[in-house]
Amino acid sequence: MTTLTAIAPESRPAPAGAAPKAIQTLALVGPPNSGKSTLFNNLTGLRQKVANFPGVTVEHRAGRMRGGHGEAVTVLDLPGIHSLSPHSEDERVAADVLYGRVLGTPRPDAIILILDATNLNRHLVLAARVIALGLPTLVLLNMADALRQQNGGVNLVALAGQLGTPVALISAARGEGLATVQKFVSSVGAPPAPVELPVLQDVRHCREWAVRVASHASYRRPLPPAWSQRLDSIFLHRYWGPGIFVAVVIAAFQLIFRLGQPLSNGLQDLLLAAGQPLAAHIPAGLLRSLLIDGAWKGMTSVLVFLPQILLLFLLIGVLEDSGYLARAAVITDRTMAKLGLNGKAFIPLLSAYACAVPAIMATRTIENKRDRMATILIAPLMTCSARLPVYTMIIAAFVPDRPLAGVFLGTRAAAMLGLYVVGFLAAVVTAKLLKSSVLKSHSSPFVMELPTYRWPTARSLGLRLADRSWAFASRVGTVVLAVSLGLALLINLPVHSGQAALQDSVLAAVGQRIEPVIAPLGFNWKIGVGLLTSIAAREVIVGTLGTLYGMDPGTHAMSLQGALHTDLSPGGAVALLLFFAFALQCTSTLAVVRRETNSWKWPLAQFFYMAALAYGSALLANQLIQRLWL
Amino acid sequence: MIFNFKKTPPSPPCRLADLAPGQAAVIAALALPPAAAEPLMDLGLVAGSQVLAVRRAPAGDPVVYRVDGAEIALRRETTQHISVLPIEAAAEVGR
Repeated sequence: MTTLTAIAPESRPAPAGAAPKAIQTLALVGPPNSGKSTLFNNLTGLRQKVANFPGVTVEHRAGRMRGGHGEAVTVLDLPGIHSLSPHSEDERVAADVLYGRVLGTPRPDAIILILDATNLNRHLVLAARVIALGLPTLVLLNMADALRQQNGGVNLVALAGQLGTPVALISAARGEGLATVQKFVSSVGAPPAPVELPVLQDVRHCREWAVRVASHASYRRPLPPAWSQRLDSIFLHRYWGPGIFVAVVIAAFQLIFRLGQPLSNGLQDLLLAAGQPLAAHIPAGLLRSLLIDGAWKGMTSVLVFLPQILLLFLLIGVLEDSGYLARAAVITDRTMAKLGLNGKAFIPLLSAYACAVPAIMATRTIENKRDRMATILIAPLMTCSARLPVYTMIIAAFVPDRPLAGVFLGTRAAAMLGLYVVGFLAAVVTAKLLKSSVLKSHSSPFVMELPTYRWPTARSLGLRLADRSWAFASRVGTVVLAVSLGLALLINLPVHSGQAALQDSVLAAVGQRIEPVIAPLGFNWKIGVGLLTSIAAREVIVGTLGTLYGMDPGTHAMSLQGALHTDLSPGGAVALLLFFAFALQCTSTLAVVRRETNSWKWPLAQFFYMAALAYGSALLANQLIQRLWL
Repeated sequence: MIFNFKKTPPSPPCRLADLAPGQAAVIAALALPPAAAEPLMDLGLVAGSQVLAVRRAPAGDPVVYRVDGAEIALRRETTQHISVLPIEAAAEVGR
């Protein structure tokens, strides 16, 4: 008999003793690509938070759901795993949580094990390991729709008997069968019935057991859909494959710039308009200067990048959920291998052209820890969108606009392109250096699973975007706010009754103090202050220089470009461009690297390496240009 | 079945890396350190299981294999350490 609807837990064998106790913490366990995260999102909605376990880079999410009687239950979403043996960090963390060995995380009272119904033979091995823990377990077979459509089937009653746990077929993407989970939450408390389990250390024995259990449950594996195969023969075709891939990359690039820029401008106008009535309510003086010119402008200058970030995550979401990302990794793996990187590093590095922050978050798809670390460390060398305002400002001030290759390429565009290439080359060289020294890795082989192609669902994409918007907004509200306020305070100190005198401010004193250090690069103290403020975010230097030159009587009447042109030598201009190509002037990046690596060691090493690279190349450029042209 | 060289079985055992797309084999042994072998075993690459080379990546490496109903891409640096016994009737495996 083949049952395709969710079966209730009643059909499982009677539990042996043990008084049922209320479930407080529920762990969600499953292999990668089993739909675990989709189920988690469906169960908890947006009542979830992302956190790292202490001491490891593995992320887990915790959320709250309501059981059938309205009781609140904490749901832990553990990393996707194939086994509980500690050969990867993810698996070690999952095992530690399930055994209650993680400080501050309660041992789960029950487990929901989600398996891919279209791939049961393989996934049942994990079931043996999880059931052996002895915790009350509900086994969910996800992708019931795919099993049904592709002529597969399984006898749930027989399977429940074999596993000693309740079993249900669900479709997490469609939200089918979720009531089973609520029922399980409110009604159980009994450990799995005793059944024959394999020797867990013996992988071969485990697999034989899994195959036997599946055949007892008359499991029929669905045939891989022919259209998925056909798509692969196009997307992985020797010539079409790379062609389509390049087209997808260019389209993604174009979309982020062409659609993101107007959206970003619109948001900027909106935020500016919102700031005006806000300013009107605050009396003119120090407080307004601090809150509006400092905090509000600082926060909005970062918030305006929200459209690009959301677009990027939407695109990544579509590519990942559809299954194309795995194919892209296969196509680029050869090139990445030559750079000593993992094929999965490709997408994060591509997104780093928009912003290093989401790029670094996207490295989570790279299982190999050393490869992931190398990718995190080189991502900020890719030319991110925050460098554009700086590049545009300096190029417009120093590079005359002349055609270089007819209508296709002008001198200014060529200068811009050159800076993109410089950043990429620096990333490649850095990757080589890292992989041949501190991040050498051989132990973990590259394994890329190619999931069947699927349509991304609006629900899953929407949850991703909501999640990222919230993460981004909360960072703006904390780190960026603090930095902006601090800088505004420094500009206004010591407090003056009237117009703050720029030359006498604490900031000017700081700028003049660092001038000897940056003078060899062709920079004056104003640029120096810009370099300091732009540690918060690169584009901040544009605003800073605007303020500084605007308050200086000598350049008061000029445009920013004009002021820069008179105040900066050509050598200094090139030096400034190179400095921004290499320096890690971005607290958000530092904060996200710190969060992802769970230590200050990596972000600090990265900051000083890139600062040295920036300083060295700027020094070299300025000295060379001075010698050659003067 | 256009290529008749598939009909002549390579002298067993050979390496997984030597399988041409469309050729199937039975895994004989994984000559890899445990840390590298275990993740592969969890994916179904255990001695005795059947594997089908499906297609090469455009650059020739990695190669997509069908194991246990799922498709996984493996680099040559990994598959050259996996010895296999080729099967002639390739089309019947993995389905």
